[in-house]
Amino acid sequence: MKRIITILLLGVTGYFVADAVFSIPFGVDKLNIAKEYLLNSPEELKVANTVTAVVVNFRGFDTLGEVTVLFLAATGLGSILFRRRKYHTGLNPQREAPQASRIVQVGGKLLFPLILLLGAYVFIHGHLTPGGGFQGGVIIATGYLLLLVSFRKFAVKHSSLTWVEAVAGVTFAGIGLTGLVFGKDFLENFLPTGVLNSLLSGGIVGIIYVAVGFKVASELTGILDTMLSIKVEVDEENEEN
Amino acid sequence: MNIFTVILVVIGAIFMIVAAIYAISRKDLLVATIATSIISLVLSVFFFILQAPDVALTEATIGVALTTIIFVVTIRNTKRHEEEEE
Repeated sequence: MKRIITILLLGVTGYFVADAVFSIPFGVDKLNIAKEYLLNSPEELKVANTVTAVVVNFRGFDTLGEVTVLFLAATGLGSILFRRRKYHTGLNPQREAPQASRIVQVGGKLLFPLILLLGAYVFIHGHLTPGGGFQGGVIIATGYLLLLVSFRKFAVKHSSLTWVEAVAGVTFAGIGLTGLVFGKDFLENFLPTGVLNSLLSGGIVGIIYVAVGFKVASELTGILDTMLSIKVEVDEENEEN
Repeated sequence: MNIFTVILVVIGAIFMIVAAIYAISRKDLLVATIATSIISLVLSVFFFILQAPDVALTEATIGVALTTIIFVVTIRNTKRHEEEEE
């Protein structure tokens, strides 16, 4: 009985799914919004990278939501792991035993400024080349991770990270509200757009992506430092076995 | 898409499938994490071939670097409760 009902239900669902699939016109171009974006973003906004134009300008409110989600995740992780942190140094008690080798240390020292430069390039040129605030921020956090792994005594200051994060977030929201003041929409462009394919173009897009880059970099560095510096509770009974 | 790209895509896809099967069949979580990051690496190359460099950058930074590190730190800070198989 159960099997018959299941087959019947599956059949009904399959019929309607097939009906919906076959009623979609095949080979007809119906993406009007995408066409609008592709034509408008280089012409009006002077943003060479259309993906950035969509992410920061046309869908800027969604990006603000994503940044808020990331902020909440970082805050939640920090508050959960706060009591286990061995603060005033960023080092894990377990990290005391094996010191990172000289090759790792020298390599980390050499690569750190280059990684920082790459990350800054990616988010400053977000409106010209592929990439943007999120990618650049993650690259910078990776550079800090290299230092955290290779030097036991390296620690990031969480107070300054919080400041950077707060200033970047307020910049993003403040630019949005300024657009509301000068124009009629939240995150509307109020700056001169400049010349296409130059660094100072796109109006508010470049400024917002720099703010997003700083915010993501500080948040992820804070998460990594918190995770690397938690104290591991060693269970006595398991340790003896 | 020329013949070289096709060969690259086929090799990459086989590599990804092998890495995925390896990741779910291994008992060692660290090895499984590394295999997952290999999947992300090949996937970012695929995104680049498909002319989505923004997504490729995101996949390469988050999938390969950050997620792997967070998993490795978590594995190191936790303990397994079952007996080690010889």
